[in-house]
Amino acid sequence: MKDENATIWDTNPLSVRNLWVEYLGERGMVKAVRGVTFDLRPRESLAFIGESGCGKTTLGLALIRLLVKTARISQGEILYRRSGRETAVLKLKGREMRHFRWCECAMVFQSALNAFNPVLRIRDQMYDTIRAHWRMSQSEMRERALSLLRHVQLDPERVIDSYPHELSGGMRQRVLLAMSLLLDPQIIILDEPTTALDILTQRTILELLKSLKAEMGFSLMFISHDLSIAAELADRVATMYAGAIVELGLVYDIFYRPAHPYTLGLIRAVPTVTGDFQDLISIPGSPPDLIDLPTGCKFHIRCPYATDRCRQEEPTLEPYGPDHSVACFHVDQVRRDADAIWEGTGHVAAGEAA
Amino acid sequence: MTEYLIEAHNLTRQFGRRRERVTAVDDVSLGISEGEVLCLVGESGCGKTTTGKLLAGLLKPSSGRIRYQGQDVWTQDKESFRKYRLGVQIIHQDPYASLNPSHTVHQILSAPLLHHNLVNGRRQARERVVELLQIVDLTPVEDFLTKYPHQLSGGQRQRVSVARALTVNPSFIVADEAVSMVDVSIRVSLLKMLSRLRMQLGVTFLFITHDLALAKFFAWEGRIAVMYVGSVVELTSTPELINNAQHPYTKALLAAVPEADPNLTRRKKPITLRSQDIPSLRNLPPGCRFHPRCPLFEEGLCDRVAPKLKSVGENGHQVACHRVTG
Repeated sequence: MKDENATIWDTNPLSVRNLWVEYLGERGMVKAVRGVTFDLRPRESLAFIGESGCGKTTLGLALIRLLVKTARISQGEILYRRSGRETAVLKLKGREMRHFRWCECAMVFQSALNAFNPVLRIRDQMYDTIRAHWRMSQSEMRERALSLLRHVQLDPERVIDSYPHELSGGMRQRVLLAMSLLLDPQIIILDEPTTALDILTQRTILELLKSLKAEMGFSLMFISHDLSIAAELADRVATMYAGAIVELGLVYDIFYRPAHPYTLGLIRAVPTVTGDFQDLISIPGSPPDLIDLPTGCKFHIRCPYATDRCRQEEPTLEPYGPDHSVACFHVDQVRRDADAIWEGTGHVAAGEAA
Repeated sequence: MTEYLIEAHNLTRQFGRRRERVTAVDDVSLGISEGEVLCLVGESGCGKTTTGKLLAGLLKPSSGRIRYQGQDVWTQDKESFRKYRLGVQIIHQDPYASLNPSHTVHQILSAPLLHHNLVNGRRQARERVVELLQIVDLTPVEDFLTKYPHQLSGGQRQRVSVARALTVNPSFIVADEAVSMVDVSIRVSLLKMLSRLRMQLGVTFLFITHDLALAKFFAWEGRIAVMYVGSVVELTSTPELINNAQHPYTKALLAAVPEADPNLTRRKKPITLRSQDIPSLRNLPPGCRFHPRCPLFEEGLCDRVAPKLKSVGENGHQVACHRVTG
């Protein structure tokens, strides 16, 4: 179909084009994902950051089509590629969809305790997953389960016979990771991978994710409200606001050369622990109501750069420099201001060193 | 010795009976001076909320004493106890659970005013409510007076909680994870509002958080106490704690915490602990609670004797570790 781009198209395991997701709520349509377009590259880790209600979890669920019944994908395309074959995920039915949903693309959900069946041993939950997709003997299944538990640095013999409540939060998170890897998927989606964990446990999970990714070569897409997880783990970052991607770029560009006022606002609102002490600036107002969205740019009400054009017309995600796209009419001004703010604070200098 | 507004001496609190008994707070001593901000930092289950509730008088200590304005809280007469209760207020973590859903903002804020006879009649109560809403930046006030909590955003609810704490003109506020449930973009404005209250009204703060970065931002001019499994392991001024931490647990935390700055966070060298497991309160290790994980562990010492908080260096830097000497 797209011959001229064949090589590029082949390499990206996932392409999402103009995806719209709506929920039917009591007060009306909730527009949770609005026209999202992005590619997930091979072996990369792509972070989606944004505040609660920005549509990031809905986006993740839509990709593996696990949305609740009241939700509807009203428009768009999700294309999945492996070994030169392209699949339109939204057209898959029944068995094909189930195959895609764990063998090709697995998701680790937020809240590690709720993701398990509390009355089944880890062993049985892992076997169930394998049995649903592959034909394997009992001993082969055990071998596979043990090997993955070992990969996530757990004591496999002990953990496999445990019930979920017998494990700590960090251990459960690791078991979930092992389960997502059971069927050797090409894509892993993590929803708030470390949110409920303690700092030291969080660090172990982050290090584990890095080493697993290097070893197994999957593409990682993760969703977080926590900028520091993105700074730590991501190759590229997408900022979401009111259901749309407003900025997408390499992690160093997003943190040191942000070009969207919302990204800039988020970064200026988050303190660091071991960095220099800096004053923080908050973003005025609060996120918009997804049922009754403002006209034009959805951020204009909270944006210091807003002009009449922003109030009438919604900017689309446009390329701005290599591997960097932004949805804002005032990109150049935001960039200049960001540089000026950080001049002399060492922040930008640190960025150049990378 | 300095005069503290509120101080805890060997504070211990246990929950449950017999074999179920756990010690959530174990021999904690600390003092907070008037107008000061002290941050209590630690991971979930370390006893920081229990310590906060003990200091606010919402829980009675199993042993140990709390002194407020020099008076022992639990042995004083009824009238002084009432004064203490009015002087100390707490802001809870979850603004969705801590406000009565069937009361309007006006009702929520006027109830304590009328109950404690802080105003003469309803008209004056309304004036005071308007004033309080202005203090917490919920303006225009008319938009909020008749609203119910469910009509407000998380950030706005938390502002109502703060306003409610201020109704009785407290001198000491315990803010228990007061901004943790609020979105990143709104957090800073809440923190700044609390800082402003501290400056303008001279309120003393105990700020409880699991987030070191927030602690650093809010308590830069104050002190931080790091808690681990029921005890304070390190206590010093905020810049000193961030730049010159001494306790191996604090060091491990600082080396592990991911930062919202790619270069800073990727250059960190995490400290390898001997174990990943956080001890269960039901089955605590003997000696130092941190010894099964501690990289500085010394056999025969750390697993036998529990270290006490002692001063190292100058400026009142306190550490509870056998292997750290001043």
